[in-house]
Order: sequence, then C-alpha cells, then structure tokens
Amino acid sequence: MSTRNAPAVSAPGLLFAVLGLAALLAPFMTLAANRIVAGEGVRAWSMAGPEATLPGLAAIAAGLVLGLPAAWPRLRLAGAALGLAGAVWLLVQGSAALLDGAGDYARVSPGAGFWCLLVILALLMADALSNLAPGPLARAGLLAAALLGLATVLGSGALADLSIFQEYASRKDAFRDAAWRHLWLAFGSLAVAAAVGFPLGILCHRRPALREALLPVLSFLQTIPSLAMFGIMIPLLGWVSDTVPGAQAIGIAGIGFAPAFLALVLYSLLPVGANTVAGLETAPPAALEAARGMGMTPRQRLFQVELPLGLPVILAGLRIVLVQNIGLAVIAALIGGGGFGTFVFQGLNQTATDLILLGALPTVALALVSAIAMDILVDLASPTPERHR
Amino acid sequence: MRRGILLRLALVALLLALVLRPAWFAPIFAPFAPEGGPVIYDRASLLSLSLSHLGLVALASAAATLVAVTLAILVTRPAGAAFRPLSRTITNMGQTFPPVAVLALAVPALGFGAGPTLVALFLYGLLPIFENAVTALSNLPPATMEAARGIGLNRRQRLLQVELPLALPVILTGIRLSVVIALGTATIGSTVAARTLGEVIIAGLLTNNTAYVLHGGLIVGLFAVLIYDALVRLEAGLSRRMGLAKAA
Repeated sequence: MSTRNAPAVSAPGLLFAVLGLAALLAPFMTLAANRIVAGEGVRAWSMAGPEATLPGLAAIAAGLVLGLPAAWPRLRLAGAALGLAGAVWLLVQGSAALLDGAGDYARVSPGAGFWCLLVILALLMADALSNLAPGPLARAGLLAAALLGLATVLGSGALADLSIFQEYASRKDAFRDAAWRHLWLAFGSLAVAAAVGFPLGILCHRRPALREALLPVLSFLQTIPSLAMFGIMIPLLGWVSDTVPGAQAIGIAGIGFAPAFLALVLYSLLPVGANTVAGLETAPPAALEAARGMGMTPRQRLFQVELPLGLPVILAGLRIVLVQNIGLAVIAALIGGGGFGTFVFQGLNQTATDLILLGALPTVALALVSAIAMDILVDLASPTPERHR
Repeated sequence: MRRGILLRLALVALLLALVLRPAWFAPIFAPFAPEGGPVIYDRASLLSLSLSHLGLVALASAAATLVAVTLAILVTRPAGAAFRPLSRTITNMGQTFPPVAVLALAVPALGFGAGPTLVALFLYGLLPIFENAVTALSNLPPATMEAARGIGLNRRQRLLQVELPLALPVILTGIRLSVVIALGTATIGSTVAARTLGEVIIAGLLTNNTAYVLHGGLIVGLFAVLIYDALVRLEAGLSRRMGLAKAA
C-alpha cells in the first residue's frame, strides 16, 4: 500500500475514517416519549432537512479525511476539531427539529452514532497529538482551549434541549452541591493523604526497617475492594462517634461524608508514600556525595537535593491518587457521602439513562482533565524535560 | 516465612468459614445488626454469590488477557508500529476512566444484569494487561533476541519460545492489577443487578444493617487480598524460573 519509510496515509487515520463513516450510519440521536422509556433511533440525515444536516455531515466527513495524511499531524488535529464541531452542530440542529411537535414530555438524546463518533474523533485527536508531542506548556494551552470550547458550547444553551440538560435543569442546586462534595472528597482526601504520606515516605526512606513493615500494610489496604472498604468504615466510625466525646460535634458519623473521606485517605496512602520513597531514591549517588562534600546537613540535603530531584516521581504519585479518588468518590454516594455518584445510583434505580450520564460524564471529564493537568505538572517538574509520555 | 504461611492458612480458613458456615459468626455480628433484625444474610447462599462473583471476574479477566496480549503482540510487530503512539495514549487516558463510570455507562447500552458488568470488567481489565504486555515485549534483552535469531528461529518461534515466556512475569503483573480492579468493580456490579457479593453489602446499606455490610465486606476483602497474594507469589516463582534476578 505504501513504502515502509514514509507512508503517505496514516494507518490509524485510515481506520478512524472507515469507523467514523460507519458510525454515521448508526442512529445519531434517539427520540423518546418520556424520560424513562427507551428512545427510537434516528439517523443523522433524517433528523432534519438537508439544509440543517448537510453542513454537519460535511464537516464530519471533511474532518475524517483531514485525519488521513501521516506527515501533517497539525492538519489531523484540525480535522478532529472540525469533525467534533460538525457532530455538535448536528446535535443542535437535530434536537430542535426532532422535538418540534413531539409532545411535552418527549426527550432527545445523543445516540450510539454520536457517542461512537465522539470516541473516534477523540482518538484521532489523541493520535495526532502523540505524533506532535507538544511540550508541557503547549499542552496546557491546548487543554485550556479545549475547556474553553466545552464551556462555550455548554454555556451557550444550544444543547439545552437534550435530555441530559433537562435532567440538569430540574436539579441545578443538587448538581452544584454534588459537584462541591465530589471535589471536596477527591481533593480534600488528596491533601490529607499528602500531609500524612510525605512525612511517612521520608521516614521510610531514612529507616529501611520501617519501610519493610509499612509498605506491605499499605498495599494490603489498597487491595481491599472499595465497596467493602467503605462498608467497613461505617461501624468503625459509628463506634468512634458514639464513644469519643466531641466526635459527633465535628461531623464524624458512621454514615455520610466522614467514612467516605477516611476510606479515600487510606487508599491514597500507598501511592503517596511509595512514590515519595521512590522519588527520594532517584537522587544519583554522585549528587548526594557532592552535597555531602559541600557540607550540607542531612536536612539541607533532603530539601535542596533529594526532594527537588524526586519531585516528578512524587507528583506522579499524586496524579494516581487524584484520578483514583475522583473515581472512588462516586461510590461514596452508596454510603450517603454525596458527590456525582448520587445521580449515577439514582439513575440506575429509576432506569433513567440521562440521570446516570449526568453523574458519570462529569466524573469522567473531571478525571481526564485532572490526569492531563497532573501530567503537565510532572513534565514541568522534570529537570530534563521528558518527551510526551 | 513460617509465620507468613500460618497467617495465610488462618485467613483462608476464616474466609471459608465466613462463606460456608455463616451461622458461626452470628454472635460476633449480632451487636451490629438492628434490634431484632436478621444478623446473617439469608436471601441467597453466600457460596453461590461467591462463585458467581469469582466466575464473572475469571471470565472477564480471561477474555481481557487474551485480547490484550494479542493486541500487544500486534502493536509490537513492525507492521503494527503505526498504532504504538495511539495505543499508549489510549492506555494512559483510558485508565483515568473510573471503573464505576465504565459500569454505569455500560448499563444504558446493554441493560441490567451480568452483561454490562462483564463488559465493564472486560474493557477496564484490558488496559493494565495491554500496557504491561507492550512494555515487556518491547524491553526484551537484546542479547537474547540476537541469540534467538542466531540459532535460526523464525519470527513465530521467536515469539512463542523466547519473547512470550520472557515477558510472562510482567504480563502477569498486569493481570494481577486487572483482577484486583475487577474484584472490586464486580462488587459494585450488584447495583446493576449482577449476582455478586456486593449484594450482601448493598442490602446492608439499604436496611441500615451493619452486620450484613461487615460480613460481605470481610468476604470480598479476604478474597481480594488472598488472590492478590497468590498472584504475587506466582509471579515471583516465574521470575525465579526465568532466571530474572528481580523478584516482584
């Protein structure tokens, strides 16, 4: 098909183009009589008149074609963005046209075709980006641009007709509370885990005997399935709140925020502690020797040599914890801890798909953005900038 | 070493007793149950729940291993090299998807029951195995590979007789990570009506019966810890056999 040294057509790009066009054949949106029943799929070109659908379809097709040339990753990136814009255009046009005269309780949602296209275009973008290998600052700029684009689309209200936004509109306050609670659970437990884990890691680094004893215990904790861990916290904290005077006054109870928070902290200790130990060990012996030769005290060596050199590894540990806790905080809803999980489990109980999405999509977005942001920080902290991982 | 074996035997005995003879533990769990409420979960036998839980995990992990290792082999051949950067990005970003979210998103697509749980466990299980298999297959000792070429092994023989056996311990580490995640995610699968041990915990949470929560939590936790430990020892044993100095 092409010569081995300089293939003109990117193999993944070709795969995405084929899959993307196939995804267009699947139902792009679904129209349902109300929020509970399963919707009926509608194909992209039959959602509205050609004057409304053609620009979107053309943009998607053009975007997929732009993804083909292997030598121009920037063009491929632009193609992915164009395709995404086309898909959003189709959603906006389709939801208005489908709801027109469909009844008061009718709901429109993105269908399998849209979700597949979204994944394919995101993969095209990821592939182009991994060929471009932008530095940390360029990635930060791209991330900010992507978030700005997302905020513009969501803020403009153009998608307000979609079922998931109607679910949002009817529980705006609850959503804001859940978002705060979720952030508190994820970032608060990260802060506590860092406050406990760093000193613990430094101690383990100094005393190998302590490390031998402690790290297996922490990795044992990490193994316990989350639901079991949350469950076991309930009687434990219930007992604390019953027996320790003043515990109830500061909000410690068997059920709710406290057990969820404690479970997340316990899960976080291993990645923070182990990565601190590993990070401190990355200092090359020559650097330590030089620091000793300059007459640095152990304390100065720790703060001026070992910690700065180990920072990327330590930050990588915090990335693991942050992403893990954002995901685990969903389960907190099962023990009354709040967060986006509330919507997920309510949605599962009512079999209301869009309520599930209202909980799951922000969680996924939060985890992805946090992971990308932490990766950028890790790269910035590396003394010799690494290539994009 | 001796103490370790005794501890493991004790934990296995405790686990078996918790599953097979739950009634023995009634006096211990009684203080946690609500006044006059049931102490031991009796809506389903704990043995059948355990078997169904482990079955789901085993099936999903076996399928994930097969697919992930095949993909890793394809990507590490010269013909599949174009997909390398993409596959790295997918594994890196894919693992940031919370397992619970994958489970929740599988429900609209597949409905309730064991199906979505199986699919979520499978999809999520692919990533760690694939990542480790790619790492292992692309970091084989060059001298060994050269020797394999030198004694005239063809590509297929090199793959089956040299590359895969050498990569096995690292691949096994990936399988272990994926099994542990699957055990935990399967627990949550009971919220979408899959028959797993999570049922006991969820029933306890819904009826404020801490005895159920504790009983179910202990069983799931013990299973996870013991399976994790067994796989760690298997890896260490394999590494030793391969003559790789570093034990896991």
